[in-house]
Parts: sequence; structure tokens; C-alpha cells
Amino acid sequence: MDSLKLGRPNLEVFANTLLSLARQNGDILVTTSDSRGSGKLVPFSEKLPEQIVEMGIAEQNLVGVSAGLASTGKKVFAVSPACFLTTRALEQIKNDVAYSDQPVKLIGISAGVSYGALGSTHHSLHDYAALGAINNIAIVAPADNFETRETIKAVVDYPHPIYVRFGKRPMHDLHQPDAQFKIGRAIVLAEGTDVTIIASGEPVSQAVMACQLLEDQGISCGVISMHTLKPLDREAVLAAARRSRALLTVEEHSVYGGLGSLCASLLMEEGISVPLKIVGIPDEYTVTGSQAAIFAHYGITPEGLAKTARALL
Amino acid sequence: MEVHELELKSIQYRRRILSIIKNANAGHTAGSLSCIDILNVLYNHVMNVSPENFSNPDRDRYIHSKGHSVEALYVVLADKAFYPSEALDTLSQYQSHFVGHPTRKVNGVEQNTGALGHGLSVAVGIALGAKKDGRSYRVYTIMGDGELTEGSVWEASMSAAHYKLDNLVAIVDRNTLQITGRTEDVMALEPLEDKFRSFGYAVRAVDGNDVAELVNVFAQLPFEPGKPNLILAQTVKGKGVSYIEDRAGWHHRVPNDEEFSTAVAELQLAEQEWRKRRGLIEAR
Repeated sequence: MDSLKLGRPNLEVFANTLLSLARQNGDILVTTSDSRGSGKLVPFSEKLPEQIVEMGIAEQNLVGVSAGLASTGKKVFAVSPACFLTTRALEQIKNDVAYSDQPVKLIGISAGVSYGALGSTHHSLHDYAALGAINNIAIVAPADNFETRETIKAVVDYPHPIYVRFGKRPMHDLHQPDAQFKIGRAIVLAEGTDVTIIASGEPVSQAVMACQLLEDQGISCGVISMHTLKPLDREAVLAAARRSRALLTVEEHSVYGGLGSLCASLLMEEGISVPLKIVGIPDEYTVTGSQAAIFAHYGITPEGLAKTARALL
Repeated sequence: MEVHELELKSIQYRRRILSIIKNANAGHTAGSLSCIDILNVLYNHVMNVSPENFSNPDRDRYIHSKGHSVEALYVVLADKAFYPSEALDTLSQYQSHFVGHPTRKVNGVEQNTGALGHGLSVAVGIALGAKKDGRSYRVYTIMGDGELTEGSVWEASMSAAHYKLDNLVAIVDRNTLQITGRTEDVMALEPLEDKFRSFGYAVRAVDGNDVAELVNVFAQLPFEPGKPNLILAQTVKGKGVSYIEDRAGWHHRVPNDEEFSTAVAELQLAEQEWRKRRGLIEAR
């Protein structure tokens, strides 16, 4: 692999993609909780003022109102920081959206530890676990600009509830020009026989760079971008386990109840035993600092992941 | 439907509510009896909704925010032919869609409810959708008074006033009781009218068990252009059955055989009295 080119923040790509889609589709509505600035949606609100509904700092009402709007046929993007959206409004997500099958598109911005130095009030390290245990809601964490753009295009007409989360720092471009994106289908970025790193969301670029380091050291390494946590692409996980001697999962989430847990339980149920390490944010009082500093602290860096991978072999 | 016909419906609905709860050996008896007159007037006199137009985007919408009093809604929807009345024999049974809180698996139900403090937000969203699309339908929701302690009710109220949703009709089933006891003892709500007015509603108080008063108040919609409508329906929890009326213990109690017989007898008497009244009127 060549060295990676730095793209734009997924947040920006989301906002630009949504604006261009909404210009052609008057049924697209954005609802926000005093979060149009954080969501880079000020241009959207200036250009399409009739297609944005401000709900104030009231996430529960934001989600309930979005469910009502969706029931009238609107394509509703409820945009709010992931930490508040998926915690404060969890019951509205569970009942008004998922249980009632109102196809709201829940957009969790500045997800994971994107708001690093603001502290744990602003982190969402529970959202895969919390929403994953709720029936009838898909979960997508795009890794780069391409995945973000394709996700947003795909969710407009997605017929059921869906949650999408991403961060706000510029992301490396990870995909070839001919890449194909489909919700629920993992993207294999590289195949390897020694170890495969399965990653979700923004740590995928760390995984790709770790893979380059490992290849330089003569270790055959694969990388999978598991952008969809639910429904999980089971076949991609099982194929990686058959292809490689060891698996590493990486996510910007608690090590409990996220990608790693999903992969581990799948492998156990299928009777496949390979060395596996779940890398994420451990169950402890989360260290403070920027997103990059927190990633580094917990070994979510090219060097850290390469080291963890080597230890499995 | 005329007022006298609605009065008879209410009596018959009460009997049916008790009957399905008795049969299922489960249900929210007193709250269903409390709000049944409002549902009766909505579905038989006010709203433009039927099995035939249920997928029409211009239909009126009803959201049952006090989802626990679902038996009242099920009885009315059956009477409106959304499904056969016998379907309610499966209430609360294994694999029945007629569970203890409404879901969209049941024809005629717009939204799954049951957790309190959700319905008003959803109704606000639908009312906003109507405004966005320039449609003239209205959105109605009934909330319990105990439900009003949920903070999300007030979030939704702020947004209803902010967006001037005069196509939204929030109805409070103000029976003054919740599962623990008097609302004022559990968590004081009064002065409720002032609270709603200060949140931007146009408020009307009525006897929520008097169909004539209900017919009259709905005829005045919208109460004030540009303001969401709030009907404070003063009701009696357990209305229509003497030993259930205004007793906290009947929130989800099921009548025993003797109690059930007494209730049926009381409601039969009410129906006879209604017929006598009608006979006298017709004889004039």
C-alpha cells in the first residue's frame, strides 16, 4: 500500500453530501438540538431553511418529533452529538423510532472520543452496545470520506431506523476509486494470512497504517473496514478467521458490547478458535486529552496495533 | 354521531372494556374508563379517520400517549371496524398483537406507545409535518395527568408553541389519580391550567366524561390561531362503575366475578335509563 492521503473530516463530508441530496429532495429534513454549528449545518440552514427544524437542547423531544415527522413520509436526519443523542434520548430511540419502525436517520456527530478533552460527558463509548441491544436499528460507523458519503446516500431511502456515527477530524482516504459500498457488507481493504485487523469507524486508518508496518516486517496482514456493526457481516468475519492465524478488532468504543464482542461471540458460536484481541477503550475512568492522545494512550496507533498484532502470533 | 348516540356508545364501550379485561384477566381498568368518553367523541364525532382512509395522508391522527389505557382504544377501534371485535378475545395472550400497550401491529394504531411522556413529541412531529406539507388534518393525543411529570412533555410543549402548532390538540385526562395515589400527593401538578397557558397553549377545561361538553369544545378548534390546543379534561378515574370510581387501587386491578356482575348490572341500568330518557324525549 502507498502512504495514505489525508482527506476532509467525515463531518464535513456528511454536511456537504446531505445539502446536495436535500437540494434535490424536498422531503429530506434535518432536525437539530442546537447542534447545527457542531454539525457543520449552518450552510444547510442558510440555503434550505425550510428543511431544517431546530428543537433546542432537548434530545428526547428531538427524537420523538423526528419519529412523528418520519411517519408523515419525511426523510428525517436527526443530528446531535452522539453522546447526548444515544444516552439522553435512548428511550425515544428504543420506542418512538425502533419499536415503532419509524425510519429516522439518527446521526451521531463527534462520536467516540472526538470531543476528547471535554471529558466523558461528551464521549460516546457505549452507543454500539446500547443500540446494538435494541431490535430494528442498523448501526454504521463510516471510516473515511468515501464511506461517509456512501452511507449518507444510502440512508436517505433506508426503510428502517438507522444510526450513523462519525467524528470531526480529517480522515485518511482508504479506498480505491472502484470501491463498492453497501450497508451490512464489510469492505476488505487487504487480505493477509498471518493476521487480519477488523476495524470500525475512524480507527480503520490506524489499522491500515499498522498493516503497512507489519507487512514491512514480513508479516502478512489483512484489514477489513467493518463500517456496519449491525447487521454484522458475519461471512466477512468468518472468512478472515479462516484466512488468518489471528484476529485483531479495533474500535472507538468500550471493549464491552461493540465490534470485538460481536466478532468474539460469532466465532465462538461457529466453533472457530483463533487468537483474538479486542482493542478499544478499556472499562476504566477514561484518560483525558485529544482524540489522538486518547487513541495513543490505549494503543490505537499504527505502532500500538502492530505491536498488539505481533503478540498474537 | 349525535350527542345522545354518543352517550349510548360510551355506556356500551364501558361494558366492552370491562368484558375484555375480565376475559384477559389483565388490563388498566380505571384509566380506560376515565378516557373512554374522549376517545368516543374523537372517533365518532370529531376525527376524519377510518379503516378506508387509514393510509390517506390527509387523515386525522390520534396518538395514545397514555398507552396503558389501551383497552379503551382497542374497543373503539374494533367498533370502527379496524378489526373484528372477536380479535379482542386474544388480549394479552401469547402471540397476540393486542398487547397491554398499543403497537402499529394493530390496524388503526399510528404509533407504539406505553412509556410515558413520548406521545406529545410524536404528535408535535406529525403536526409539523402537516404544516410543512400544507395539509389541514389535525393531530390529537391523550396524556394521563400522572404522565405530566415526565420532563419530555414540557420539551414537547415548548416546541409545539414555538412552531405555532394550532393543528395539535393535546388532551389531558385529568382524573387526579395515578398508580400510587393522588397526583397532588405524588408530585404536585397544580396550577395546571396556568402551567399550560404559560407554555403557550390555548387552554379549555371541560368535563371529560360529558360527551356533550366534549362535542362542544372540539367544535371550537382551533381555540386561538397560532397556538397549540390543550384540553384539560376533568375526569373521574373508573367512571361509570361505582366501586371503581376515584379509587387509586383500581389502576390495573381486574374485577372478580362478583365485582364484574355488579359492574355489568350498573351499566345495564345506565343503558335502561338512557333508553327511558330517549323514550320520554321521543314521546314529547
